[in-house]
Amino acid sequence: MVQIGYSKKVMEHFMNPRNVGTIENPDGYGKVGNPVCGDLMEMYIKVKDDIIIDIKFKTFGCGSAIATSSMVTEMVKGMHIGDALKITRDDVAEELDGLPPRKMHCSNLAADALHESIKDYKRKRKKQSP
Amino acid sequence: MERIYLDHASAMPIDPRVLEFAERYLKKDFGNPSSLYSFGLEAKSAIEEARGKITELINAEKETCIIFTCGATESNNLAIKGTAIRNMAKGKKVAASAIEHMSVLNPMKELQKGGFKLTIIPVDSMGIVDIDKLDSILSKDTTVTSIMYANNDIGTIEPIKEISEIVHEKGLYLHVDATAAAGRIPIDVQNDGIDLLTLSSNDMYGPQGAGSLYIKPGIRLQSILPGGGQERGLRSGTENIFAISGMGEAARIAKIEMSQESNRLKVVRDKLVTEILKINESYLTGHPTKRLPHHASFRFSRIEGESILLNMDTLYNIQISTGSACYSRTLEPSNVLLAIGLKHEEAHGSMVITLGHSNKIEQIPIITKAVKETVEKLRKLSPL
Repeated sequence: MVQIGYSKKVMEHFMNPRNVGTIENPDGYGKVGNPVCGDLMEMYIKVKDDIIIDIKFKTFGCGSAIATSSMVTEMVKGMHIGDALKITRDDVAEELDGLPPRKMHCSNLAADALHESIKDYKRKRKKQSP
Repeated sequence: MERIYLDHASAMPIDPRVLEFAERYLKKDFGNPSSLYSFGLEAKSAIEEARGKITELINAEKETCIIFTCGATESNNLAIKGTAIRNMAKGKKVAASAIEHMSVLNPMKELQKGGFKLTIIPVDSMGIVDIDKLDSILSKDTTVTSIMYANNDIGTIEPIKEISEIVHEKGLYLHVDATAAAGRIPIDVQNDGIDLLTLSSNDMYGPQGAGSLYIKPGIRLQSILPGGGQERGLRSGTENIFAISGMGEAARIAKIEMSQESNRLKVVRDKLVTEILKINESYLTGHPTKRLPHHASFRFSRIEGESILLNMDTLYNIQISTGSACYSRTLEPSNVLLAIGLKHEEAHGSMVITLGHSNKIEQIPIITKAVKETVEKLRKLSPL
């Protein structure tokens, strides 16, 4: 049968999102989306020895935008940044037991936001090391 | 938790009296109205009785002005395509307001592909059709102008009588989609000067699966569904007797009870609007006074409508609607909200409430609390 609406896991993450908030002086910060399109995500990470030790997000958007943000933070906490960079949008959707097809592209930006925050971290690190 | 249903514009429960009246056509009296034996004639008379009740609700000239269809979408398609194509010799222009339903705009766009010229008439920030613009763009070769009686997304009621005068002075025929208005406010096709009027059964507590189109005597249409020639040849197909008979009964009840029920709901609505507008950065959409009595629509800045809907449903068992892009099939925000001048990001934060029989003044504190907590929760998540 074709999946109707959101999976239980999406609803669970939407209703009780993990790691909501911001980090002061983050090691990396990523922002993707645009309120005009209906989705905007901000990701903050704290990194030690290339391991993501803390991660927080803020999201404006629909159910799947919030659920994917929450899910990705849970997936990468404690993960090496190299592995975290390999996480794709599809991986996040899969962890949530799938997303409705029309939501796969527009509101499944959480992995992108994560990657942006890691790239930001790498840029900052480059600047600091002589 | 008791369900509080606030989305009557999307679907309505069938009135138990309507169900009781019409269920015989589902259970036993299933005869084909085109058959001559008594069993079929009974079905035929059920349809004619329903036609009479619709005629009375909208004060049509006579029963034969009413054509039954399968719903408002079909009625709108028949009114627009059927009239424009049949009257092509008189001109190939059509016009519609920017806040029409997709079942009006899309048939018009289809005509446009077929060589017709389509003009969209803008509305002001309250959703009222720009009368001067209407006056300036219509010409005698504009065969169909479609303006809705009242809007489903923002509740605004259009000045149909005034619009009708302009259409008849400058253009040809006026089609009015009264899906949202019928059974809520009085409609008089003769007094209002309407040529074609769309009604929906379910939007008046009738069964789903029936609608009707009023056609003023003398106007000629081409069928868009040719076949066995039912409904004056304008709408072929064996009639859905249960839904049609139920629609008639719903119209009869609406005519009697509309004024009292609308007054009751207006009190509930006004109180609800006052309470919800106490939330920071919340705004009413649509006209503050010229609006349907059961309709309340808002927008909240910095949050998104689908999230509002999901949270209200899951935590509070309250069902609302939204014009957010994330909730639509096309992933575009409601054309209505954009037409009244909202920015995309503003349109995303919309919430639409449409009240009905089951709603009571006692529910207001529960609804208000749920909306307030939902908005607060989502704003805490929002980076904006």
